Amino acid sequence: MAAKIPDTLPRKSATFDDYTLSEIRRAAATGIYDIRGGGAKRQLPHFDDLLFLGASMSRYPLEGYRETCDTRVVLGTQFAKNPIKLDIPITIAGMSFGSLSAQAKEALGRGATIAGTSTTTGDGGMTPEERGQSKTLVYQYLPSRYGMNPNDLRKADAIEVVVGQGAKPGGGGMLLGQKISDRVAEMRNLPKGIDQRSACRHPDWTGPDDLAIKIQELREITNWEKPIYVKISGTRPFYDTALSVKAGADVVVLDGMQGGTAATQEVFIEHVGQPTLACIRPAVEALQDLGMHRKVQLVISGGIRNGADVAKALALGADAVSIGTAALVALGDNDPALEEEYNKLGTTAGAYDDWHEGRDPAGISTQDPELAMRLDPIAAGRRLANYLKVMTLEAQTIARACGKSHVNNLEPEDLVALTVEAAAMAQVPLAGTNWIPGQGGY
Amino acid sequence: MAELDLKEIGVRGVNAALQASPVGSNEQDWLINNPMGQHAIACGLDAPLKVKIAGHVGFYCGGMNQQAAITIQGHAGVGVAENMMSGQVWVTGSASDSAGATAHGGLLVIEGNASSRCGISMKGIDIVVGGSVGHMSGFMAQSGHLVVCGDAGDALGDSIYEAILFLRGKVSSLGADCIEKEMRPEHLVKLAELLDAAGIDKNPASFRRYGSARALYNFDIDNVDAY
Repeated sequence: MAAKIPDTLPRKSATFDDYTLSEIRRAAATGIYDIRGGGAKRQLPHFDDLLFLGASMSRYPLEGYRETCDTRVVLGTQFAKNPIKLDIPITIAGMSFGSLSAQAKEALGRGATIAGTSTTTGDGGMTPEERGQSKTLVYQYLPSRYGMNPNDLRKADAIEVVVGQGAKPGGGGMLLGQKISDRVAEMRNLPKGIDQRSACRHPDWTGPDDLAIKIQELREITNWEKPIYVKISGTRPFYDTALSVKAGADVVVLDGMQGGTAATQEVFIEHVGQPTLACIRPAVEALQDLGMHRKVQLVISGGIRNGADVAKALALGADAVSIGTAALVALGDNDPALEEEYNKLGTTAGAYDDWHEGRDPAGISTQDPELAMRLDPIAAGRRLANYLKVMTLEAQTIARACGKSHVNNLEPEDLVALTVEAAAMAQVPLAGTNWIPGQGGY
Repeated sequence: MAELDLKEIGVRGVNAALQASPVGSNEQDWLINNPMGQHAIACGLDAPLKVKIAGHVGFYCGGMNQQAAITIQGHAGVGVAENMMSGQVWVTGSASDSAGATAHGGLLVIEGNASSRCGISMKGIDIVVGGSVGHMSGFMAQSGHLVVCGDAGDALGDSIYEAILFLRGKVSSLGADCIEKEMRPEHLVKLAELLDAAGIDKNPASFRRYGSARALYNFDIDNVDAY
């Protein structure tokens, strides 16, 4: 009897993996691209690819719990009469009422206020809940200008002119009709239930020369009191940062591709823009070239998750960071306790990203009154404050170990990289070598 | 009437004086001399002032205006009366791009022509243009009225929402989802009211009305070529 010929195991393609195959089938069935919220989900070089060296013979550490490690930061010191003074270098990124429930916006304001930091409006204007609960509120000035009015502009503590967003550089937005409730419709001057498109370009300026004039106008309207931030996406960080400074920005907010969005095409999120890690050093270089580093502050966002990420971003030259996705998780987004409900939506806790559909069981990315009522803004705000506190303590722990009396004293020299890619992007040596790719030295 | 010389005190000096003008005081009528095409003149006002600007202005004149009646005796640069909430901005000459952009209310009158994107993303303002408007005018216009006594360039009313466009002359082309609509009696009444407010003697019946077909209000893959 002939011996049985051994079978090879079934082998799935690395190129055509299960996710790719499912997307091809979905596209074939529907004829439309996939829309989702959040930021890039693919594996990318990130802060985890960096390590701090810590103190040693040549560096004295500071005593934990005893010696001070300051975390205060002042944003907008260049032109504004009233710069933004924050207790911690972690801010809450712009997210709109419309994409988020009023309860979620209120919770963000409460959490930020307890933690001594700022929160930010989004497309769709400023709600009284958000202004009322936010000690420091940044008012976004977006292309669509939904809800934009001078009264709210004057109520803001700072103004953020949004040029780009890391999740979708060069893209506008769409709030689908199911999230356009009566209140959202009224704030945006649109009929209820129709898709609300957000433009990708501002309606009355193009380019840095025009932006300089726009910033002048915003300052004139607000008596030169408020810092003007310019938010850019991680596309051409060197030039975009330099041009933002030229246009008169007090603060540059730079958002890498892990930064989230309320909704856009999956293909856009995953294939346009650069990782946050790759954006910081070029932006810092631009500021240094202009002699403006630490004079025009740099805020980094896109994938900040813990105090180590905060410390690494600051060490690479940022003055502060901003969080969006992580803040929503702290409020209760994607909570495993809601697993059964996520399953009913065809997903699982941790992967839910159909924020545009407005069916969020956590009551965050929805305008459904019953769902939104599930989120207690006071308790959720408290969770966010706790999380911000932990991140700050973690960043302080690292900074003290590196011998720094202020988290902003962290520097690239405190870091090494675990991968060649991260070493090249962060412009710090590959661990165990003195090699920074692109700068010789090996 | 109080006079301010912009050449002497600069844009900041002019705006600071206008923005500080107390309601009910005698300082309600202002004349701005030597505007020199400077930007952001008379923006952010929030009082029932009458402001006359003796000459041409640059970008964003009358930006975010509330209550004030501003007259520009000359031409206006980009974004005149952008995001106006109420009041009136009157341009005796012509206006550059994006006149009345995103404005929520008030009346903008341009006696001459307006360049491209007039009334872009307008959210309730009434705009009356004595001459013609450039391409993409009324782009994503949400509400309010745009009256054009002359012609309109390409892609008029592209992706328009609920704004109403009245055009007396020819249109080069209509943008996505913009169609000609029936001029009903209530439209003739509104148009007559706007022409009267702008001091323009034209027969409302000689205009045509354009607005949204509302076919693109909810995304449909079969309409993808129209986007």
